[in-house]
Amino acid sequence: MKRMKVTAVTLLVTLLLMAPVAAGAGETLDAVKARGYVIVGVNGALYGFGMPDEKGVWRGLDVDTGRAIATAVFGDPDKIKFVTLTTQTRFTALQSKEIDVLCRNATRTLSRETDLGLNFVTVNYYDGQGFLVPRKLGIKSATELNGASVCVLPGTTTEQNVADYFRANKMEMKPVVIEQNTELNQAFFSGRCDVLTSDASQLAGIRAVAPNPEDYVVLPEIISKEPLAPAVRHGDDQWRDIVDFSVLAMINAEDLGISSKNVDEMLKNEDPNVKRFLGENPGNGKALGLDEKWAYNIVKKVGNYAEVFERNVGMESKLKIERGLNAQWKDGGLMYSPPFK
Amino acid sequence: MEKSAETVGSVDLKPPASDVGALGWIKTNLFNTPFNSFLTLLILLCLYKTVPPFIKWAFLGGVWFTNGAQCKVAEGACWSVVTQNLRFILFGFYPYEQQWRPAVAIVLLIGFLLYSRERRHWNRKLLVAWPLGLAVMGFIMRGGIFGLPVVETTKWSGIILTLLLAIFGLTAAYPLGVLLALGRRSQLPAIKMLSVIYIELIRGVPLISLLFMASVMFPLFLPEGITVDKILRAQVAIILFTAAYIAEVVRGGLQAIPKGQYEAAESLGLDYYQKMRLIILPQALKIVIPPTVSILISAFKDTSLVVIIGLFDLLKTTQVTLSNPEWMGFSAEAYLFISLVYFAGCFSMSNFSRRLEDELRT
Repeated sequence: MKRMKVTAVTLLVTLLLMAPVAAGAGETLDAVKARGYVIVGVNGALYGFGMPDEKGVWRGLDVDTGRAIATAVFGDPDKIKFVTLTTQTRFTALQSKEIDVLCRNATRTLSRETDLGLNFVTVNYYDGQGFLVPRKLGIKSATELNGASVCVLPGTTTEQNVADYFRANKMEMKPVVIEQNTELNQAFFSGRCDVLTSDASQLAGIRAVAPNPEDYVVLPEIISKEPLAPAVRHGDDQWRDIVDFSVLAMINAEDLGISSKNVDEMLKNEDPNVKRFLGENPGNGKALGLDEKWAYNIVKKVGNYAEVFERNVGMESKLKIERGLNAQWKDGGLMYSPPFK
Repeated sequence: MEKSAETVGSVDLKPPASDVGALGWIKTNLFNTPFNSFLTLLILLCLYKTVPPFIKWAFLGGVWFTNGAQCKVAEGACWSVVTQNLRFILFGFYPYEQQWRPAVAIVLLIGFLLYSRERRHWNRKLLVAWPLGLAVMGFIMRGGIFGLPVVETTKWSGIILTLLLAIFGLTAAYPLGVLLALGRRSQLPAIKMLSVIYIELIRGVPLISLLFMASVMFPLFLPEGITVDKILRAQVAIILFTAAYIAEVVRGGLQAIPKGQYEAAESLGLDYYQKMRLIILPQALKIVIPPTVSILISAFKDTSLVVIIGLFDLLKTTQVTLSNPEWMGFSAEAYLFISLVYFAGCFSMSNFSRRLEDELRT
């Protein structure tokens, strides 16, 4: 009897938890259009990805991805509202429909796709864990780090990854665990540890704030895979397609050589791939349920992937991150868009 | 007064120089026993070791209006992290060109608070003026009238959000707390039970878990398509939390009133509401001013916990500024600044309560 009661309660709770997750196709797009703006969940305090500048204007790679989605739907990058989310609140905010899409440097994993009922779309930044060392140690590769003391944040996958890496390579390490990011950096700069480990995108920023950035080098090894991608709820495939192809449109534009500066000249280009992409030859827009000019608008008003990358995390930003894995497939990177036909 | 006979003609001897004036005070108060002398010297040593380096760091070597790169080569404190980002720290996402509006509203609010400090200003007019004043501030910030562009509440951040959460949180929690205290002392079993359950449940969990419930759990249980504003959810959590603590403090006050007061009120033929309103509560609330204020002060500081659910209050805007590579590493200066802001708020509250206690002493 008691057991049945417990089962019933569990069932009820599960039902209540599941209820908001199920969504009909096309429902999100209709809701977004009726509302007049897209609601995007962002980080809020991650420079280069999602953070307001000193005038309160949102900047970052994830922010611009959100703007691309708003542009695809409304033709206007400002028809958007940003909601800041913490690591704890980010997935529930999506499940409870507080946001339409999550662009918050979230790593795509199997359990997030299945247990949490999320669909990750095309990756907009390939990150991975790396090492930062003082140049004076003369270390060229992470395999030379035997016996090093390593500064690392506690309780993160970062801590586990670095322990696994050292064990796999039969090296000894002395972890120096420090709770706060800023204090971790201070400890490293003052020489309390030989090496600092974190996501490669973070290392570039940490190096940039060093007393003398030239004294430090980021080692070439990347010891974990962190594909960061926008995510939507399970069950609304049309919305998923719109978000997915908004990211892909930026990548494809770079591949086709179209940027915000030359997009108007490219309208006259005779290449059928370009004509289809920019909506001169219609079809793509209708298929997604959008205006035929959607991709043109994204390139014109937000930019192609190279422009977005460079101004937020690349050479035009303070982070100065190399394209690396995030280069186009032709240049040895992983950015690869399927054909727009 | 006339001198008495014995002292006529005698010479007044001054006490020894070592017993009067500054020297005498130092001798009797700081060096009266060997142990006290030792403590005095120890404290002087500590001050000598800390104060001059701090002044050197904060003022002599400090830089005030530079960019981040110049800060890195400066010898002392980098106050530029505050001055160059002041508008974002204070007003957050409020549109840059419109930020004079929250500034005006805050000045108005401070004016109101200063005026209301004086008890002789307390009258019916002030009681009407407060809601009116708050409405005017709301209109200035919200816009939509007199050609002011509309600024949605989701863009109210920084110190605006901190003050909003604090002022509405405290003013709503106090009456709710008094009601709960009365409920807990009630003769009606149902009301008493509900009050006890509420108070004990809320007091049994930390504020952080309430905020998490409000921001993570609560939306999952809402029907399709209904979302409640995030700020409102946090605000309600803070009110519920603070009210439970105030209730217990007020209950202490109610229990401290001698039974004779209750009986006297009843023998005058007053009903329950008259008894509470005219006799019991005025005395009880007066007794518990000090603990009430300390709860209000801690509630004011606790508003900064909304950081963990991603709301941009004063603390969060400061943290965001610090995660900009240009300003990374100057956290000491930035946190000193916001602790000053919080100190100003808390100190004026406790100062006010002390004055109120003095004036109400019968």
